[in-house]
Amino acid sequence: MNWGVLLFPGSNCAEDCFHAIDQVLQKPVKYLWHKDTDLGDVDAIIIPGGFSYGDHLRPGAIAHFSPAMTAVKEFAANGGLVIGICNGFQILTESKMLPGSLMQNRGLKFLCQDQTLKVDNADTPFTSEYKSGDTVVFPIAHNEGNYYAAPETIAEMEANGQILFRYSNPAGLVNDETNPNGSINSIAGIVNRKGNVMGMMPHPERSSDITLGLSDGKGVFVSMLKHLESHQSRN
Amino acid sequence: MLKAIVTVMLKKGIFDPQGRAVQNGLESIGFDKVKGVRIGKQLEMDLEMDDRATAETSVHEMCDKMLANPVVESYSFEIKEA
Repeated sequence: MNWGVLLFPGSNCAEDCFHAIDQVLQKPVKYLWHKDTDLGDVDAIIIPGGFSYGDHLRPGAIAHFSPAMTAVKEFAANGGLVIGICNGFQILTESKMLPGSLMQNRGLKFLCQDQTLKVDNADTPFTSEYKSGDTVVFPIAHNEGNYYAAPETIAEMEANGQILFRYSNPAGLVNDETNPNGSINSIAGIVNRKGNVMGMMPHPERSSDITLGLSDGKGVFVSMLKHLESHQSRN
Repeated sequence: MLKAIVTVMLKKGIFDPQGRAVQNGLESIGFDKVKGVRIGKQLEMDLEMDDRATAETSVHEMCDKMLANPVVESYSFEIKEA
């Protein structure tokens, strides 16, 4: 079960992701470079957070033209698991692997805080370790996390269970007051229609090792691992 | 040589918090007749091209592929003699 963490110039959460797989899951993981055209033998890809290419033009706008993203698209088209976290999520929307876009936070401030999320759909390869309705705490650290998609796209995503996490308060209440950045329908994390490409602004890798104070995020990686293992044992 | 001036704006109907902040700021210094402030980006580029039609096609393609994100942004541009 090999994991790959894709590095761009300006990625800054890659080591945290590497740590979550290498030390917390204790599974083989390697770095992939944005110039790679062949990703090698990987079963899951993590696109980490940061400021790829300095966030110039728009976050993720330049990164999605890198050679490795062509390979990532092919990997996903063949059913491979891809998760984009923070800037990784922005790269996935810019590359149209996920619907919508991430705009500047409603309050115009960079947000850096522990954030409660409500699990909206636990029946996916990324969330099976949770129960729908659970609340979890992941850190957020972003300036452009204000998710937007056209109303008809949102309606489709809601109907298909593509919303995985919403910003909430500790009691699981989701409303405008519990929404830190203005995201439409308080959306914090989504999955594509096919169910194998996921993006979220909050950081599960920063909450996967209890030594660092939070461990709710580990469930995302364990869910992915279990999905890969059950898939492999079927083959 | 031609010059392209591209303007990228958030689409109409999408809340622009920066524009609102500027509007509030203007209001606070007495410009209370200002409404609907919106902030966008302007890109200027020199094109090593002489034919306007070719330049227009090319700039459209740049905007569609990279310069604007059609989910949230719209664009317009003008081509001038450099």
